[in-house]
Amino acid sequence: MKQEIFVTSSPQIYDDASTTNIMWSVFFCLMPAAAWGVFSFGVWAAAVLCTALASSIAAEALCAYLAGHPGTLWDGSACVTGLLVGMTMPPAVPLYVPFFASLFAIGVVKWTFGGLGRNWMNPALAGRVFVYFSWTRAMTTWSLPGVLRGADALSAATPLGFLKTGMSQSAEFFRTPMEYLREHGYPRSLLDGSISDWLNARLLEPLGISLPQGYADLFFGFMAGSIGEISSFLLLAGTVFLLARKILSPAIPASYFGSFGLLVWIFGGLPLGGEYFTGDILFHLFTGGLILGVFYMATDIVCSPVTVPGQILYGCGAGFLTFLIRLYGAFPEGVALAILVMNVFVPLINRITRPFRFGAGKGARL
Amino acid sequence: MNLLWKTFPKGGLHPRQMKSRLRGKALWNASIPALSIVPLLQHRGEPADCLVHPRDTVREGMLIGRARSDSSCHVHSPVPGIVKYIDEITLPWGEKTPAVFIELGGEFNRLGKAVHTYPWEGIPGDRLLTILSDKGVVGMYSGIPVHRKLTIPKGKFVRTLIINGIECEPYLCADHRIMVEKAAELVEGARIAATITCAPRRVIALTGDRPDALAALREKVREMKADIEVRALWSKYPLGDERQLIKAVTGEEIPSGGTALDAGAVVLNAATTLAMYEAVVLQKPLIERSITVAGRAIRDQANLKVRIGTPLADLVEECGGFTRMPEKIIVGGPLTGWGLSELSAPVTKTTAGVLFLSPKEIRNSRRTNCLNCGRCTRSCPMGLQPEAIYKWVEHSAYEEARGEGILDCTECGCCAYACPARIPLVKEIRAGKMILQSGGV
Ligand code: SF4
Ligand code: SF4
Repeated sequence: MKQEIFVTSSPQIYDDASTTNIMWSVFFCLMPAAAWGVFSFGVWAAAVLCTALASSIAAEALCAYLAGHPGTLWDGSACVTGLLVGMTMPPAVPLYVPFFASLFAIGVVKWTFGGLGRNWMNPALAGRVFVYFSWTRAMTTWSLPGVLRGADALSAATPLGFLKTGMSQSAEFFRTPMEYLREHGYPRSLLDGSISDWLNARLLEPLGISLPQGYADLFFGFMAGSIGEISSFLLLAGTVFLLARKILSPAIPASYFGSFGLLVWIFGGLPLGGEYFTGDILFHLFTGGLILGVFYMATDIVCSPVTVPGQILYGCGAGFLTFLIRLYGAFPEGVALAILVMNVFVPLINRITRPFRFGAGKGARL
Repeated sequence: MNLLWKTFPKGGLHPRQMKSRLRGKALWNASIPALSIVPLLQHRGEPADCLVHPRDTVREGMLIGRARSDSSCHVHSPVPGIVKYIDEITLPWGEKTPAVFIELGGEFNRLGKAVHTYPWEGIPGDRLLTILSDKGVVGMYSGIPVHRKLTIPKGKFVRTLIINGIECEPYLCADHRIMVEKAAELVEGARIAATITCAPRRVIALTGDRPDALAALREKVREMKADIEVRALWSKYPLGDERQLIKAVTGEEIPSGGTALDAGAVVLNAATTLAMYEAVVLQKPLIERSITVAGRAIRDQANLKVRIGTPLADLVEECGGFTRMPEKIIVGGPLTGWGLSELSAPVTKTTAGVLFLSPKEIRNSRRTNCLNCGRCTRSCPMGLQPEAIYKWVEHSAYEEARGEGILDCTECGCCAYACPARIPLVKEIRAGKMILQSGGV
């Protein structure tokens, strides 16, 4: 009997959260949105996801073996990275693109610094940005989901890209992005009309507001975009679970959305020729992969700040950068770059937001 | 939950309490052990000098260990009987001490006899302190002899006396039962402590999630017209720690390296306060205490009143035996207690509970690299960065660890509890502290 009982130092019990179950929870919370991508874009999307996953698993196994710590696959972090890489790919991308993205993410970003927890950039995002600059054409060719696909519209722009190109070409002014999409015939699903009508009739009318048509498409994922980013609805559903389990800390998403939303509301109308305080927050929240980026990449526990004030600073910074790049920069999608830039600042943020020591205050005469 | 309930501001966490089935269980007297093992070191400081020899007859409550010096404490025989032998044992926390093995026999002179109460009012504080020291009363968690804790050095004043009924560690409910069942005695004990410390403000602090204890204490305070405030606080671990409790009640912080007196406060646990009452009013030495026996591996979880010196094996028997082999046997609470390898150790004055846990309750998992997630830092009530300290200690850079505040660590266990990578933060920090405190770098 003596041999069967451990002798251990305190604490004797642990929190539910462990590396493994955090990673696998994130993985499974991403699944519904990924599945929606496959459903919308067809078999090729599935092939892209599988390539990204398989190559990231293979890269992890190889790197771990070379580094002399085999057996890191079970912790799930490589699978999360692989899945995220796949989910940020355009649906019709050639398979070598996700392959190299995963390889770069795992092999270079994660393992040159020593594997899990040592990287200072989100591997999936870095992988995505790497292939974006290497194969820009392939990474900017989008297609529409099956339900929207007309005879001629096999490739199409994302709503944000559509708006961006339109703005640079024409001199006409539109008050809102939705108006622009509508006028220029951005495809819309049948569902959108019925959902908007239902919402307006049942919920919003008594409150004296009305939801213009088009937003439901953006929210539920009837638009062109990366495989995993289009359905904000399913991504948010996963997020609820992660927040409830305290796997995500709410400070980063809250400050990110807060700062981004505020800036968009104040200045977002200007590039379209509108006035201050007319920006379309909803449109900007549900496009450009913001939901995916904020909840699953900016909050990456490895490379976000440690303390809550630090997280708020980081979230605000990322929100500000996203706003800048998206509205004034050359790329329509600012999320990835904004988060990567903020990743670089994390050590600095951690240093200036160190916690105050207990008992070191006024009472301590040092 | 009540938003008006205060707590301490920094760090802390909410471990699963596991108390719902235990809180309602009344204290009952455990059977007297056939063989008691009474260590002569049950307190912080030096062991007591042994006064008995093998084959001596001892009475219940007789002095068997005399305090060697000021930093020692008397030990009394918990049972009547015959001294079998005196041998060295290892205490749960690894210290070695001589212990007196007493075989039960003869007549009890307290058990089942009428109680006499001793009129203590009007007795000056220093006399009361002598009584407490004669009866061997120590802090029932910390093991600090109470007469030492309550001796206020010149130039210091106690502004607040806090009776600590927080009991924030999971499983432990013995203090809760004391507050419910012995509210009058507790209030009386608090008045004794107030007389000794001359504190103008007296507070009994407990968490707001125990309405029965709150009601019982408030009623007694009103009945006895005692000038004592019964205060509900918001439960968060480690609110039961002196530092966090004083911060929550008075808003003052014990300065780094200081004691409670530096913040003008004295904190006594509920169990300690009850022991003080019994020592002064009933003239009873500290020979029994309330403990919680819990965990999924034991058949009947219970709150027990046991004699000091009862071997843990007797407790297992008392509680119906194991339902399965426990993964861990823990003396104390699950976040600060010690893991044992066998059942031969006895209950001491500071044993608040004995837990027999199943793997499901422990929730251990494989160790991984540090994720940099910051959970340790966010949960540290002392505002430290446990992960940074850990790295310094791991590289034997003790001076850097001192700079990170390693000596401020209270070993509350929050950081290692919260760490998803299961890094043994507290273990390493404790090792580093020991090296720094012993002066050898
Ligand atoms: S054990 Fe020490 S370092 Fe860890 S949380 Fe508690 S006080 Fe902080
Ligand atoms: S909680 Fe554990 S994994 Fe997270 S930063 Fe601290 S030591 Fe690292």
